[in-house]
Amino acid sequence: MLLSEQAYKKIDREIAKFPADQRQSAVMAALAIAQSELGWLPPEVMQELADYIGMPAIAVQEVATFYNMYNTKPVGKHKVTVCTNLPCALSGGVAAAEYLKKKLGIDYKETTADGQFTLQEGECMGACGDAPVLMVNNKRMCSHMSNDKLDALVEELKK
Amino acid sequence: MTCLHDRHINPLILAGLDGKNWHLADYVKRGGYESLRRILTEKIPPEQVIAELKASNLRGRGGAGFPTGLKWSFMPRQFPGQKYLVCNTDEGEPGTFKDRDIIRYNPHALIEGMAIGAYAMGITAGYNYIHGEIWAEYERFEEALEEARAEGFLGNNIMGSDFSFQLHAFHGYGAYICGEETALLESLEGKKGQPRFKPPFPASFGLYGKPTTINNTETFAAVPFILKMGGAAYAAIGKPNAGGTKIFSISGDVERPGNYEIPLGTPFSKLLELAGGMRGGKKIKAVIPGGSSAPVITGEVMMNLDMDYDSIAKAGSMLGSGAVIVMDETRCMVKSLLRLSYFYYEESCGQCTPCREGTGWLYRMVHRIEHGQGRPEDLDMLNSIADNIQGRTICALGDAAAMPVRGMIKNFREEFAYHIEHKHCLVPAYI
Ligand SMILES: NC(=O)C1=CN([C@@H]2O[C@H](COP(=O)(O)OP(=O)(O)OC[C@H]3O[C@@H](n4cnc5c(N)ncnc54)[C@H](O)[C@@H]3O)[C@@H](O)[C@H]2O)C=CC1
Ligand SMILES: Cc1cc2nc3c(=O)[nH]c(=O)nc-3n(C[C@H](O)[C@H](O)[C@H](O)COP(=O)(O)O)c2cc1C
Ligand code: SF4
Ligand code: FES
Repeated sequence: MLLSEQAYKKIDREIAKFPADQRQSAVMAALAIAQSELGWLPPEVMQELADYIGMPAIAVQEVATFYNMYNTKPVGKHKVTVCTNLPCALSGGVAAAEYLKKKLGIDYKETTADGQFTLQEGECMGACGDAPVLMVNNKRMCSHMSNDKLDALVEELKK
Repeated sequence: MTCLHDRHINPLILAGLDGKNWHLADYVKRGGYESLRRILTEKIPPEQVIAELKASNLRGRGGAGFPTGLKWSFMPRQFPGQKYLVCNTDEGEPGTFKDRDIIRYNPHALIEGMAIGAYAMGITAGYNYIHGEIWAEYERFEEALEEARAEGFLGNNIMGSDFSFQLHAFHGYGAYICGEETALLESLEGKKGQPRFKPPFPASFGLYGKPTTINNTETFAAVPFILKMGGAAYAAIGKPNAGGTKIFSISGDVERPGNYEIPLGTPFSKLLELAGGMRGGKKIKAVIPGGSSAPVITGEVMMNLDMDYDSIAKAGSMLGSGAVIVMDETRCMVKSLLRLSYFYYEESCGQCTPCREGTGWLYRMVHRIEHGQGRPEDLDMLNSIADNIQGRTICALGDAAAMPVRGMIKNFREEFAYHIEHKHCLVPAYI
């Protein structure tokens, strides 16, 4: 088993939300739980989840590749996704992303040489009033990201 | 922080919130769960609940503005098998950020609204589909569900009645298209979020093929307030064809971006004033009044419009999800359109050729205009591509990609022409 017992406990809780014959409904949550634990989704874990849920591995793969927040390839320890869509761009979203590019020395979809950071361009996160906004590893949203706050965030994550 | 201020007008959903008082006990103190209790203890007939909603003129807050009472009356209440109630909290329309505030600062208004809907339509199970990017809010909503279950407002035999309703939260994972209701249902079934043909509408073929009613978060959250004050009183707050208050998310070049709950029909100029006016006192150039899919309107025209479905439609755009994106005189329209075209190109699910190929065409053409390689015939060609997408696709994402293009060319044609002719921008670009 690639995933911990704890992860499976969480997955069971998700499965219980749906009718007994609709376990597949929990596949998105299961993939998210697996990704939190492993950092990305290697094919073996997709197979393991397919067996556990009782669905074809190809169907798990389809889901994992359709949704933007799944990492189907390894990423840095901290995946930073900056929203650059128009409402955010009007309030400094693109500027924040450019600042991070320079600071980390990488472009979008790249990872720093030490494996610490991956930078991504994101679409609207439903938080445009707080621009610039970014997300760390899909879970932590950071708002009003001035250059000072970006510096502090990078320092904090490096530790 | 986006809705925690006192610059709303007649607020209902966002009234009295301070960021901390989201718990069940706080909501009850504000009069919460009274509507549900009254319905259950007085055994108010479901037909009467739906009649109140019809009287309220509440229209769907997810963007299409479909009358909610009418939608609820489509539900075959006597259908023998399972039926579902689904809430759409997948807000991903650029510029829209109101549903996030509802589920983090007033989640019980949504839970109560859904429970009332379930009662009215004879439904016993429901899901709330929450946008992937808002994890903290998803956890908050799970906590609110636990509170409601513990107090007997959700689950079996709610408040000792024979009405039962199980409600669960579902977390999306980053696909704009899953806001489209049938894509959302596919996603809830554990599949790729690719829209289904409509009809059949979810009302007859929904989740797991069962009759399903889907509404936006704000739509459900308004329901307890409507039943408390009565449909007619709610309708009276707004305009004849648009009852009640609406939450507008203002972003872009204003002093105080944020959520403002105001009566439908409030002048745009008033809304802009609530948002602190234009940032740095600059001149208003353009407004996208209803989320990125809505055609742009010039600042001049916008300053004389009221914020309701009919007024905005008359001006050639749509109220949509209530996301108001404001741009000042320094903004380049070509560059703005480029970012939006990229978005639709990225988010097309790829099922229909006109959308999959057309969004790519639109993006590449706007890209070449922005980068000084535009050709004189490009503007007409952009319109013709838009024509070939609009109305020819399975879902409205195709329309959503085409409409901004037309709107931009119609209202700012000279700026696009200047770009093509001079290979650079009419205004200095700051974005
Ligand atoms: N809030 C957001 O983030 C976004 C909102 N939108 C909005 O979505 C809108 C388009 O949404 P659609 O769902 O495609 O609109 P639609 O007009 O097809 O449907 C609106 C609602 O009414 C129901 N309905 C309509 N006719 C019906 C009938 N004859 N029988 C039973 N039910 C019926 C539909 O099931 C749906 O729930 C756009 O106008 C846009 O403003 C678009 C993108 C994002
Ligand atoms: C591409 C696309 C994206 C959509 N995204 C959302 C969304 O994020 N939230 C939402 O409530 N409705 C969205 N809608 C509209 C829904 O399909 C549906 O009309 C709505 O959820 C119904 O709820 P209402 O009647 O309460 O507005 C979207 C539609 C399209 C075509
Ligand atoms: S219009 Fe676009 S997003 Fe909608 S179903 Fe067709 S390809 Fe998919
Ligand atoms: S556009 Fe960036 S969060 Fe909405």
